[in-house]
Amino acid sequence: MRGNTVPVVRLQAEDFDLAAEVDRLTTGNPDVGAVVTFSGLCRGEAGSLSALELEHYPGMAEAEIMRIAEEAVVRWPLTGLTAIHRYGKISPGENIVLVVAASSHRQAAFEAASFLMDYLKSRAPFWKKEHRADGSEGDWVEAKDADDEAAARWKS
Amino acid sequence: MTKLVYFAWVRERIGKQDEELEVPATVATVADLLVWLKSLGEGYQSALRHPEVIRVAINHEHVDHSTRIAGAGEIALFPPMTGG
Repeated sequence: MRGNTVPVVRLQAEDFDLAAEVDRLTTGNPDVGAVVTFSGLCRGEAGSLSALELEHYPGMAEAEIMRIAEEAVVRWPLTGLTAIHRYGKISPGENIVLVVAASSHRQAAFEAASFLMDYLKSRAPFWKKEHRADGSEGDWVEAKDADDEAAARWKS
Repeated sequence: MTKLVYFAWVRERIGKQDEELEVPATVATVADLLVWLKSLGEGYQSALRHPEVIRVAINHEHVDHSTRIAGAGEIALFPPMTGG
């Protein structure tokens, strides 16, 4: 099983359906004993934010997430791995990113989902610009050192 | 000619999303390129004031500033990423 799983990576403007993405990894596959999903949502920042504008580097964004996902399926015995990242204007409460990791046992699914998110945050070419609720021009969201540190913990 | 593409605040400060430039042969590495680009005008100076924070990709793959740019098809300059 290890290394044979082909990850699915999608970039899209439209929302995703978490239940449908889980079904896609579980239906007809009795080897699956654990599914971990991670959803990242747009925060409202106490009412100050009207939307986030997500810019991405077409071509590279998909390739980079696929490189990370391919490393995950080599490191953990997964039966399926899906990563979906949205771009464009996203309002508070809406989905931004989804990771679904399926495996026979929970540990691999938990770890692979966490690994994929940690690397995606620091290596996938996406940038968030704030749109403020008061109509003024918002700032670009600044990268956090904590995200680089989170990715670094998987180096071993 | 080398194709350069810019994203996020690098794109905004330079004032364009991409361009084709004739890069002088003396510009060997990514670090050299960032220095040379600053000579092209105020927007470039503003975008590249702190070159150490600029992330660079060649042909859709991350590279560090010591990477040689000879033969690069597309060079992208952008700030640290904030996806997810």
